[in-house]
Amino acid sequence: MSEETMTKTPETVGEKKEMPVVLERLWNGLAKENPTFVLTLGMCPTLAVTTSAINGLGMGLTTTVVLALSNVFISMLRKVIPDKVRIPAFIVIIASFVTVMELLLEGYLPSLYDSLGIYIPLIVVNCIILGRAEAYASKNPVIPSFFDGLGMGLGFTFALTCIGLVREILGSGKAFGYMIMPESFVPVSIFVMAPGAFFVLALLTAVQNQIKIKGEAKGKDMSKIGSGSCMGSGCASCRIEGCESRKFYDAKAGGSTQAAAETKTVATVTKKKQQEGGDEA
Amino acid sequence: METKAKVSSNPHVRARVTTSMIMLAVILALMPATVYGVYHFGMHALMLILVTVASAVASEFLFELICHKKSTIGDCSAIVTGLLLALNLPPSAPWWIGVIGGAFAIIVVKQLFGGLGQNFMNPALGARCFLVLSFTRIMTDFHTDTFTGATPLAALKAGESPDIYQMVMGNIPGCIGETSMIALVAGACFLIMLGVIDLRIPGSYIASLVIFLLLFSGRGFDYEYIAGNLAGGGLMLGAFFMATDYVTRPITKKGQYLFGILLGLLTGIFRVFGSGAEGVSYAIILGNLCVPLIEKISWPKPFGRGGERT
Repeated sequence: MSEETMTKTPETVGEKKEMPVVLERLWNGLAKENPTFVLTLGMCPTLAVTTSAINGLGMGLTTTVVLALSNVFISMLRKVIPDKVRIPAFIVIIASFVTVMELLLEGYLPSLYDSLGIYIPLIVVNCIILGRAEAYASKNPVIPSFFDGLGMGLGFTFALTCIGLVREILGSGKAFGYMIMPESFVPVSIFVMAPGAFFVLALLTAVQNQIKIKGEAKGKDMSKIGSGSCMGSGCASCRIEGCESRKFYDAKAGGSTQAAAETKTVATVTKKKQQEGGDEA
Repeated sequence: METKAKVSSNPHVRARVTTSMIMLAVILALMPATVYGVYHFGMHALMLILVTVASAVASEFLFELICHKKSTIGDCSAIVTGLLLALNLPPSAPWWIGVIGGAFAIIVVKQLFGGLGQNFMNPALGARCFLVLSFTRIMTDFHTDTFTGATPLAALKAGESPDIYQMVMGNIPGCIGETSMIALVAGACFLIMLGVIDLRIPGSYIASLVIFLLLFSGRGFDYEYIAGNLAGGGLMLGAFFMATDYVTRPITKKGQYLFGILLGLLTGIFRVFGSGAEGVSYAIILGNLCVPLIEKISWPKPFGRGGERT
């Protein structure tokens, strides 16, 4: 599935200027920057709730609604929210929508509410939502932000449903609750347990790495595709504690030298600032 | 007189022992248990063993073919993995269990982590746990034509007292290769005499399990209970053939004793306090995962390092 999305990428880059911003945002979320398959974001719900296709779909759609609405509100309030307290402000907005969704699900879809359990309130801390708020909605007008949230949410839904479908078919022989495998099929029940999520995700990550390697060999820009927790965009945007010390992790890929160069620039900048400060004093 | 100095990097002195020789020794040592298992459980067990071994070897060959790696099926390690896995299967398991298990052991547990010498857990046990979690009903069904009823270990846990003599001989239900204590110990003696394995891990494993059972089983010094626990289940197979796996055991002597004690404790905890009767395979897998930590604390310091700084 992600293979398709990636082969289409270069075409969309070319058409980007002609495409209206709404469609561009939707396509971006669904394929180009698919939060699960390309950015590897939001792994906690991806691993935890995809025991069946329905659960994945429900989780994805719930997240989509929260994402789209919170993007709209954050975009509307982007000039009001002071920069220093923007994260708490975003969280308050997101948490309100999550609470609304939680109560709605409890009222109208109690079975889904029961099977998703604690992961509904945990949407508040889903890094896709906060990431979109920070990276897009807080800098862009309302309409594009809405479609950005919608696209990202639908991409997330698509990914979760795919993973859920694979796990459900292998783990219980069903698809969306209907028996599709022959009766002689013995379900591999490990796939509906926690290890199965890791197997399927690892498989997807392997496919993604293969695409990345092939794309790089052809000279395309593959820097957006992450693997594991480390984003390809470089260590400057990432503040994982102790990440710099893990140089063996990507020493071959030249990531460490890049990181070292970045830390150097940071160091020189701070030095300059200190000097300036000293001059002023 | 002119002499030519031959310059080469170390190691300069090599033993004539090769990987395939060690693996062949292990296969030979497993033969008594295998033969007894086939004699005891019938031709279906033989078929299952052959299918599992074939699946393991074929997976290794195909994976290395696809990945353009040098084929390593010549070192016989895949045969050992397949055989160990087969001995851990219940005799009534359908043939495709062996196929899936062999492929999982070789591809997921061994080759994906870099092949022989790189795997972090015993491939056969990893596959066994995968199968137990996936096909719980098949993997815990020890009923055959000749045996119905619980395994002696389960009976022991339920408070009954099984026949210890039959347990030592192996005339009991269980996995294909784990029933006969005497055949397994004979194979282990062969390996110890050849110097392939030593008693550090099995000895400390069994001793610490006995001490744990004496202290915490609540039965005190109950000869039948202790002997049943030693002869029943996969303890002998696990202690002598799985825990001593060169790849997944600690390197240092101190680490090996620690490893054995850890396995004994874990097995005791699973057997006494766990919901199931058996715990050897999970204990060894958890022990395998702790090996890097054990190495960290048991690694010897070079002379002159460490100590207090003044």
